[in-house]
Amino acid sequence: MTESPKNLRDASLTKAIMAEIRRITTQPWNIMEICGGQTHAIMQYGLDQLLPPEITLIHGPGCPVCVTSLQAIEQGLQIASQPDVIFTSFGDMLRVPGNQADLFTARSQGADVRVVYSPLDSLKIANANPDKQVVFFGIGFETTAPTIASTILTAKKAGITNFSILPANVLVPPAMHAILSNPANRVQGFLAAGHVCAVMGYHEYLPIAEQYQIPIVVTGFEPVDLATGILMTVQQLESGQHQVANAYPRFVTKEGNQVAQSIIAQVFEPVDRQWRGIGAIPLSGLGLRPEYASFNALTRFELTQTPLNESPLCIAGQVLSGVAKPLDCPAFARECTPAHPLGAPMVSSEGACAAYYRYHRTRE
Amino acid sequence: MTQSKTPILEGPNCPLPITDRGQIVLGHGSGGQMTHDLIRDVFQSRLANPILDTANDAANVTDVPPGKHLVVSTDSHIVSPLFFAGGDIGRLSVCGTVNDVAMMGADPRFLTATFILEEGFSIHELELIVDSFAEACHEAGVELIAADTKVTEKGKSDKLFISTTGFGWADNNRQIGGEQAKPGDAVIISGPIGNHGIAVAEARGNLGFSSQVRSDTAPLNHLVRALLDADLDVHVLRDPTRGGLATTLVEIARQSKVNIELDEETIPVDQPVLKTCELLGLDPLYMANEGKLILILPADEAADALRVMHSTRYGEQARLIGQVLAPSKGQVWLKTPFGTTRVLEMLAGEMLPRIC
Repeated sequence: MTESPKNLRDASLTKAIMAEIRRITTQPWNIMEICGGQTHAIMQYGLDQLLPPEITLIHGPGCPVCVTSLQAIEQGLQIASQPDVIFTSFGDMLRVPGNQADLFTARSQGADVRVVYSPLDSLKIANANPDKQVVFFGIGFETTAPTIASTILTAKKAGITNFSILPANVLVPPAMHAILSNPANRVQGFLAAGHVCAVMGYHEYLPIAEQYQIPIVVTGFEPVDLATGILMTVQQLESGQHQVANAYPRFVTKEGNQVAQSIIAQVFEPVDRQWRGIGAIPLSGLGLRPEYASFNALTRFELTQTPLNESPLCIAGQVLSGVAKPLDCPAFARECTPAHPLGAPMVSSEGACAAYYRYHRTRE
Repeated sequence: MTQSKTPILEGPNCPLPITDRGQIVLGHGSGGQMTHDLIRDVFQSRLANPILDTANDAANVTDVPPGKHLVVSTDSHIVSPLFFAGGDIGRLSVCGTVNDVAMMGADPRFLTATFILEEGFSIHELELIVDSFAEACHEAGVELIAADTKVTEKGKSDKLFISTTGFGWADNNRQIGGEQAKPGDAVIISGPIGNHGIAVAEARGNLGFSSQVRSDTAPLNHLVRALLDADLDVHVLRDPTRGGLATTLVEIARQSKVNIELDEETIPVDQPVLKTCELLGLDPLYMANEGKLILILPADEAADALRVMHSTRYGEQARLIGQVLAPSKGQVWLKTPFGTTRVLEMLAGEMLPRIC
């Protein structure tokens, strides 16, 4: 986790960078911040209010619980409801609605569902409960993949047989391809997610910037980081450039964390994956390699196929791909609230709809 | 506890019942000798006062002062775990109810309590909790005048639940309540926020590291009394417990049909609380407090109020954090250090840590 030095929240420095953005902006630009953590930071500090009206921030799909497919949630609910199963998950996932229920509902009906902070905690639970099957809901982007992979390596080495994962990890670059190749795309520049790049580096983005002629700036999460990332993107847009630049050098290198990358590659391989609200994206997920197939909960439990029913009101797919904003949704803050979410983006602390609900409702 | 040893007898004999146990058993809830012994040894020995000592089925309260009226509040406490840094369920169950009575501008005087014990619960832990309960009563200046114990079968409850009801007197001519906030009023918090929520999360083993944060659980009635003695025109008193400062202020804004504006930079948060919240993606504005109050009163009395609060034990770090704005449906706005504003909502559900 990143340390947050005080000067990265310096109001006068942030305002000075914003003034520079206003000074150089000559025409409208649409910039997508990929990561939901960035969306929340922007809203929390009200940074969008400091931008010139020409700059539109589009909120990206970088919210791990938001894009986890309905099918995976239904599978999780089925597994959690089986006897002698302890189902473990990051907390955010518990409130994401499936067809009808969420994991909190399953827990209230007697399922043993536990919140963990790390998959390694699940492994500890497996060790302490040898008569139970312990399943970890393996969601997240490249940021959670290394610890999930290393947990599996540890389990394999220790010969732990009552631990498995429901694999649902997804990857950022294929999602960027999907957004940019969509005919309705409006995105003209990207703020790449700092945490993901800390693991993966930014070499993967070089061909994307080239292919789509689009600037990509690796950006952090503090007000000064975000303002700098936006400034560096606008500078490129205004001068017609399309480079990959790094506005988060204190944590990110071009190569990234190669140890973490090799652990991911050892355990996982790219597979096609369904993104909630967006659809299938080729080679956008991480599946277990054949050597680790025994840790796949999907092969360990007999599951029945359930029909998948999304709320007809929810426009999460358009929100996640940057085509619509949460305020465009007729259900926003009416039928759909954090207490009664219709779609995942209203649930997570990283979801765009939740960010709008929490920070961006207008003064009445 | 009385000590008795099982006598060793020669030859065949009837086994004597075990009377001295380390755990609660169902017999402690029988209403018979074991119940009486438990009440005498654990409760009466620690909480004696003339009203409780009459040992009747109900308490007589005879000294209702003239010009005052009765204020009553009730609350149940089911905190897990029972002990946390800075407090325990005993202290919490006294302070929570004492504070609710005090927030009406009343002087809490009496408590009643129900202790629901789970079969198998450690009597030693119960004694520690009743010690803490008694100490908190002493600190607040309240007396337990009626109490009840029940024992459930193992698994039907969780170790110990405590339900308390508080009684106090308030002046007939004072109007204090969540509906009394007026445009132009000042909003004051009695000290740093979020400590209780973090301390309990840590005690549950939910942090995975030591935050060094202690719960702020404390009786606030003496602080309230000091404010009333200073003859301040107090409009609202409210303790921001579950849901935190933000949720409580939204409640007040809606009750009073006014907007409230907070200045983020002035809201006191201890560094360890801030760091822990940042690490986990939590917001101190929504973390529970058990020893803080929100005071709303006319802006021209704010300086006097702060002076009074700073001279009390639980108000030393009181700060002016905002103001009441124009009448409206009731929103709370937060001014950030960046000169931007955002609207604060009530806490939606359980507060959940972020993923990455």
